Amino acid sequence: MNALEEFRASTREWLEANCPQSMRTPMVQDEIVWGGRNASFKNPDSKIWLERMAEKGWTCPTWPAEYGGGGLSKQEALVLGEELSRINARPALTSFGISMLGPVLLEYASEAQKHEHIPKIVRGEIRWCQGYSEPGSGSDLASLNTKAELQDDYYLINGSKVWTSYADQADWIFCLVRTDFEVPKHSGISFILFDMESEGVSTKPIQLISGSSPFCETFFDDVRVPAGNLVGRLNEGWSIAKRLLQHERTMISSFGLSSGQSDRGGTTSVAATVEGAAMHYRGDKDKLSDAALRDEIAKFKIDSEAFALTSRRSVEESKQGQGPNATSSMLKYYGCELNKRRYELLLKALGSQGLGWEEPGFATEELQITREWLRSKANSIEGGTAEIQLNIIAKRVLGLPDILSMKK
Amino acid sequence: MSLVLNEDQQMLQDSARQFCREVSPVGVLRKLRDSRDEAAFDPDIWQKMIELGWAGMAIPEAYGGFEFGYGGLGVVLEETGRTLVSSPLIGTVLLGATAINELGSEAQKTELLPKIIGGELLLALALDEHAIHAPDNIQTTAVLDNDEYVINGSKTFVLDGTIANKIIVVANTGEGQIALFLVDADSAGVDIKRTWMVDSRNAAKISFNEVKTSKDNLLGELDGFSGLDKVLDIARIGLAAEMLGSMQETFDRIIDYLKQREQFGILIGSFQGLQHRAAEMYSEIELCRSVVRAAFTALDDPSTTAEQLSAAASLAKAKLSEVTERVSNEGIQMHGGIGMTDEFDIGFFIKRARVAQQTLGDAGFHRDRFAVLNKF
Repeated sequence: MNALEEFRASTREWLEANCPQSMRTPMVQDEIVWGGRNASFKNPDSKIWLERMAEKGWTCPTWPAEYGGGGLSKQEALVLGEELSRINARPALTSFGISMLGPVLLEYASEAQKHEHIPKIVRGEIRWCQGYSEPGSGSDLASLNTKAELQDDYYLINGSKVWTSYADQADWIFCLVRTDFEVPKHSGISFILFDMESEGVSTKPIQLISGSSPFCETFFDDVRVPAGNLVGRLNEGWSIAKRLLQHERTMISSFGLSSGQSDRGGTTSVAATVEGAAMHYRGDKDKLSDAALRDEIAKFKIDSEAFALTSRRSVEESKQGQGPNATSSMLKYYGCELNKRRYELLLKALGSQGLGWEEPGFATEELQITREWLRSKANSIEGGTAEIQLNIIAKRVLGLPDILSMKK
Repeated sequence: MSLVLNEDQQMLQDSARQFCREVSPVGVLRKLRDSRDEAAFDPDIWQKMIELGWAGMAIPEAYGGFEFGYGGLGVVLEETGRTLVSSPLIGTVLLGATAINELGSEAQKTELLPKIIGGELLLALALDEHAIHAPDNIQTTAVLDNDEYVINGSKTFVLDGTIANKIIVVANTGEGQIALFLVDADSAGVDIKRTWMVDSRNAAKISFNEVKTSKDNLLGELDGFSGLDKVLDIARIGLAAEMLGSMQETFDRIIDYLKQREQFGILIGSFQGLQHRAAEMYSEIELCRSVVRAAFTALDDPSTTAEQLSAAASLAKAKLSEVTERVSNEGIQMHGGIGMTDEFDIGFFIKRARVAQQTLGDAGFHRDRFAVLNKF
């Protein structure tokens, strides 16, 4: 047996002994573990599962062991992933610390910052939120105006952010601030971390068309942040910001991936697949009776499979090169469009049962699909709009000339 | 299972690309068309392709082949797609040699495969009978009479039909069974008429009138639809590879043009209206590359089931046919007026694109098949 096979065998054995049975069932929305100071565990097994995985560093399998990560090679991490999906294990921890902040801290932060923050991300002790967009800075993110002034040994921060996901539940924020107003916009931005409990921080949830409020407005009123919390060099935050966006895109593009045989997050109900739902609501047995919808669904399934293969190919190719590259924009663009198509098709599949807003008369899952359909519209806006991704592909991948630089 | 080319395949790709560019650029096809070449291929170039081993790429060494797998043939087909190489590679190798390799008896393989690999034998598959691809609806009949089958019927869109020495005929043997027969092209009762297609390649309408062939020329089972389907699936994947090459080349030419054409005093490539269409095409082509690579990986993996292979083939042919249409149309539109001129090469790409799209089933055919395979 070679080393990798040995690793597989011992991993399988460990998972068998340590993954609670209820953690081997499809994830349900309100049992997702985000961690943090105020983490709540609706299912007590979630807590056990998180602690055991965090103990091994397997919530972040490839991060260095010295910061609490799993210290696994890419090959071993792949094996771990395969073994986890073999038993349908739920993710032990979902967080922006893992998907966005951690990778850039490992790349840009000081030793002290890594030791302070990374172990807490791995263990899910601190929940992070992202201070990027501002009311006047959406697609033109670099025009941001939140101001950080150095006073003695701290920065005084004033301004506001918007679309801050779960800011009202987060413990810390990674934040883009303007530290120089006299230079071109990209050259006066810094990347800073601070505690959301700091005096002068307040949040206000924004109600969305889906009825839920995952995003907030976040206000900073004379917030004092220790100067040592700045990551990287002063006024060089834009390159960190962009790097983090690549990780964010990779995360969001995964919305386009179906999980296993299901089109909707591992559920096993009649609406687990688009075609299953379409046939169920039409009373069809072997063949979907609506020919136009059938062709549209076939096209969607073909694109889904092609997209999943492309995501995998991109991982294989990045192993030969390094980290996420320009293809992250392509995957983000395509994955989000796919997810929106998925929900439009589900709505068509469900007919008027997919148009309910609340009970009675609608099953919980039907109502969920309606809300998820509305939520999916944000996919091509958050993390850089579809149009911004297309701009990036045109410029960075295809090398087409930039009209904005011609205008200047 | 890997979705990236291995080192050997990369080397093959480099040498195939160089060969196609230097020896068989688009200008060769133009010359064949302008001279109304009856064969529609250049025998000297084909001979060089034979010397490079391209006809034996996927054939086992026992029959004189090079055991490079279908993946190797796919790499070659992709490169020939880039310069629109018109050659017996599709009819003789992708369809003919595949049919013999997959379905033939030991005697048939021993006799025929070395001849194909050596360039002494050209083949064609006579399958379609109507304007629409429908391999399970065959009216041509083959009736056993003593030691011979007697074949009657007519075929259309037979690729390389006028250059083949032997024709593989798909016929109905009377009990709803579909079987394949090897027929010498010069047999009595075989009437072959060249059809002049929009892509300038060789195709023919062939009628069979009381054509006799020895019962030893049955290729595969008497109830041979599943065997035929496998051969077609392999060929569909091969065609998808060729289409990938053609669409990538079309796209590369579009991007080059966007970077050099000026209007209103600036490069047209800086216009967002064009940039976004180009970026969308790029994304679609990347998806196409993934499905083609996945299909060849499945093809060369002995554990792949027939149903998995069919799904991979229909996935690839459906996706490639759809995107090829889009990219070839943009090839004209983004070049503007010059794209409409015959003098400019881009027109050859859209012509080949449509023929390849319809060959062995278009996007609609394969979406339907994909849905059936996925039980909806």
